[in-house]
Amino acid sequence: MRAFTYERAKDPVAAARAVAANPGARFLAGGTNLVDLMKIQVETPTHLVDVQDLGFDKIEATPEGGLRIGALVSNTALAADERIRRDYGLVTRATVAGASGQLRNKATTAGNLLQRTRCPYFYDTNLPCNKRRPGSGCSAIGGYSRQLAVVGTSDACIATHPSDMAIAMRALDAVVETVNAEGQTRAIPIADFHRLPGDTPHIETALATGELITAVTLPKPIGGTHVYEKVRDRSSYAFAVVSVAAVIQPDGSGRVAVGGVAPKPWRMSEAEAALPQGAKAVTTRLFAEARPTEHNRFKLALVERTLAGVLHETRTA
Amino acid sequence: MKFDQPAGTNPIDRLQVVGKPHTRVDGPLKTTGQAHYAFERGAEMPNAAYGWIVPAAIARGTIASMDTDAARKAPGVLAVVTAKEAGKLGLGKYNTAPLLGGPQIDHYHQAIAVVVAETLEQARAAAALVRVDYNRSEGKFDLAQALKTAPLHPEKKGGPEENRVGNFEQAFAAAPVTLDAHYSVPDQSHSMIEPHASIAAWDGDKVTVLTSNQMIAWGHGDLATTLNLPKEKVRIDSPFIGGGFGGKLFLRTDAVLAALGAKAAGRPVKVALPRPVVPNNTTHRPATHQHIRIGCERDGTITAIAHESGSGNLPDGDPETAVNQTELLYAGANRLTSMRLAELHLPEGNSMRAPGEAPGMMALEIAMDEMAEKLGMDPVAFRIKNDTQVDPAKPERKFSQRQLIECLRQGADRFGWAKRNAKPGQVRDGRWLVGMGMAAAFRNHLALPSGARVRLEKNGIVTVETDMTDIGTGSYTILGQTAAEMLGLPLEKVKVTLGDSAHPVSSGSGGQFGAGSSTSGVYAACVKLREAVAQKLGYNAETVVFEDGRVRDGNRSVPLTEVAQGGAIEAEDTMQWGDLNKTFQQSTFGAHFVEVGVDAYTGVTRVRRMLAVCAAGRILNPVTARSQVIGAMTMGVGGALMEELAVDTRFGLFANHDLAGYEVPVHADIPHQEVVFLDEVDDKANPLKAKGVGELGLCGVGAAVANAMYNATGVRLRDYPMTMDKHLDRLPAIA
Repeated sequence: MRAFTYERAKDPVAAARAVAANPGARFLAGGTNLVDLMKIQVETPTHLVDVQDLGFDKIEATPEGGLRIGALVSNTALAADERIRRDYGLVTRATVAGASGQLRNKATTAGNLLQRTRCPYFYDTNLPCNKRRPGSGCSAIGGYSRQLAVVGTSDACIATHPSDMAIAMRALDAVVETVNAEGQTRAIPIADFHRLPGDTPHIETALATGELITAVTLPKPIGGTHVYEKVRDRSSYAFAVVSVAAVIQPDGSGRVAVGGVAPKPWRMSEAEAALPQGAKAVTTRLFAEARPTEHNRFKLALVERTLAGVLHETRTA
Repeated sequence: MKFDQPAGTNPIDRLQVVGKPHTRVDGPLKTTGQAHYAFERGAEMPNAAYGWIVPAAIARGTIASMDTDAARKAPGVLAVVTAKEAGKLGLGKYNTAPLLGGPQIDHYHQAIAVVVAETLEQARAAAALVRVDYNRSEGKFDLAQALKTAPLHPEKKGGPEENRVGNFEQAFAAAPVTLDAHYSVPDQSHSMIEPHASIAAWDGDKVTVLTSNQMIAWGHGDLATTLNLPKEKVRIDSPFIGGGFGGKLFLRTDAVLAALGAKAAGRPVKVALPRPVVPNNTTHRPATHQHIRIGCERDGTITAIAHESGSGNLPDGDPETAVNQTELLYAGANRLTSMRLAELHLPEGNSMRAPGEAPGMMALEIAMDEMAEKLGMDPVAFRIKNDTQVDPAKPERKFSQRQLIECLRQGADRFGWAKRNAKPGQVRDGRWLVGMGMAAAFRNHLALPSGARVRLEKNGIVTVETDMTDIGTGSYTILGQTAAEMLGLPLEKVKVTLGDSAHPVSSGSGGQFGAGSSTSGVYAACVKLREAVAQKLGYNAETVVFEDGRVRDGNRSVPLTEVAQGGAIEAEDTMQWGDLNKTFQQSTFGAHFVEVGVDAYTGVTRVRRMLAVCAAGRILNPVTARSQVIGAMTMGVGGALMEELAVDTRFGLFANHDLAGYEVPVHADIPHQEVVFLDEVDDKANPLKAKGVGELGLCGVGAAVANAMYNATGVRLRDYPMTMDKHLDRLPAIA
């Protein structure tokens, strides 16, 4: 960990300003990912702006009939909220499938969306990684890539986004609300929030420098049966090999977002349109552009089979 | 004392304390945070500075240049020690690669410097400022490739390259039913909860290192050798150890860097290995590629059995001895075992819990399941049919005790094996394909010389001192039980002190030999103490009885609390071993039964219940023994379903080198375990008539899981770990 300076922000615009003004500055919320990465110098901020006092810790109804989740609402509080559990079961199921109780107590809603990849080569500072050191090369391509992405990748990066919660948020069309140093706010649809790597895998989201997430908004409930199926090598405390978030309506239509396969939550409307035709039809479309490695090619079949299980269970539920 | 003939009746046989289910005596210390592990012992070495390791960034080559200026100038830095500053260090007897590298680099993450600073944060930050330029060399990192040209490696130095009985090839060719299959077990990491850690302090030319080490005498000797010091100038102490599994059998770099750092800084220094450095810096279980052939008569009699294994290691390293058990477990007139050892430039391979037998049984016991199916025999019955009560290579050599058949039968009964559908892929519970599998368990019994000092204190308390270690196994408790039994005292009246190199040299903890060996050392010392007490009282040493806190001879009797009022009485002895281990084959046996569910959709396997039946001589303490076995069963599930150090053959390293990337089981993976110990006393083993169980509990578990998976799915897997990707494309079609 490199030495850094620290301030505790009193209001959101001041926080945004503090980060925008200093190229080495980063926001700090729960710190469950950032601080770990600082210890091994994958992240080397020179200044931290702690946003924990900003009060974004409530879940409120929106005029549109949805919920506005404060950026600082902990994963535990989010998953336990009665309205979330009743109307957005997918969010609860995905969130509790991630990390451990202790981490979820500390991790925040905004921070969850901003997790860095768990690619082993990103973590080892001796090895090339375009995400960590732009232009140094991708060690994962041609390396140990069983956990890594099969679709949405580039020649510069095949990392996955590790979040479970984000997969549910993508399926539910959440919107990320932000404020910047000038006090301007904007609403970014989750579909546009995470970026594909292209030639710049170190740029992971649509956020501008100093732009602070204030809330994540869920539109009004869509009903249906909510299922989050996380496939992993051990029963708990492991990142997804793949995961499937699905909301299935009584008429067989629905939504599907997939985790563990891409640099962002993976969802396509043309794939969802094929839901009545079954899992194979959906995954054929989801993975039309897939470029798996020999280590992770199995993820294509695994997602198809996992989705088939989800569809079977929702039909018989 | 020398144990060279079978044990007769002795005070242990009273079983007033030994054999009782005492909870561990150090438990309250551990659950209240009062058992201080190496890194937490700063109060004993005040003013300790912090050392942070600089690990090599390449797998093989040399350091071209090293710039430590920025690190030395960084805030709080007290010293930087590289190979240059350290001067010429010795190479420990039990180390393959130097523990401080440079200019030559032998493996990835080999230590090349330690940076010492006032705080841990300063040391860590400064260590990142060390700039190193390397000249990389080509290396061999691909086991499969290297094995193509690897030579045979004799089991014993100077011995035959292959161990043969009869004519395997001829018998195999003539056998009406044959199996010929290849299996693989990957490199595995010990992943103990406490990483390697030490605090060192110098007093003039003497150094004391508080550390975490399973084998005090080995670590003590090798630290002296490494630092070019006489052993008398070195003391190491390791009373509490947060797990080792073989990863702490040897001196490792934390102790060396702490000693060198403390010398350079002129004050005590603490060093712990950061978790992401542990897998490549320290040792691991080497991967094995195993080839097994079995030939049988149609009635299931094995006529030919061959087990050939290949593994790799650094130059001068050893092979993983995965064929050991195949020489002893089953009958068969024609036999072949051999090992190949390839030179690899990955980190050093060495012992991990049940070295040899653990991966060997993972392969052999799948092969036995496959053969049983070919024969149309029940896997339990097939094993029973091929039981042997003698060493198959030397029929005059009997097993001291061998209750494999009883373990198999009891296990089958208790587990409900009769309900198993022999035809695979038939049992369904919702989305789960359900299967049962079993395997034999086998691990050789080893014995090492072990010494202890016992002292009857003035107040009647008995103190036991030995350099034996408790790596979470229960050594404190069983050594206390042994002394209490020998002296007729309750356990509370015995105080056990472990892990100090100033104490008599013990067996240490490893190879499942610790319990039997170290209790025998305490037994030997207690025999001497009893004699000394008898002599002081003028009692007959032959007829004296120690019981209920009293010493009695005929109608004379004295409370033990009064015997030493004039001064403590001390005795010391070491148990030495005769040749009973040669005249008899001494081994431990068991049977593992496992039920799994395999998700019909995702192919994910989850264990549903497990049973182990063990026969390992007298069980000294059923609580700590059970704890050993359930821990081993859990490790077996890890090896079966998830554990693998992933080799990057381009960079020459294990890529998943932290506990997020190298998965071990969590509680949710282990829903139900049952352990049964058969009544057994092995009078050829030692005076306690006891053998170890800590590794027996692991041997065979992986294969039992694999065989249960096959029974569930009908898809046979032979490569560990058996993750969903290995059988997904062969699972039954989904609706």
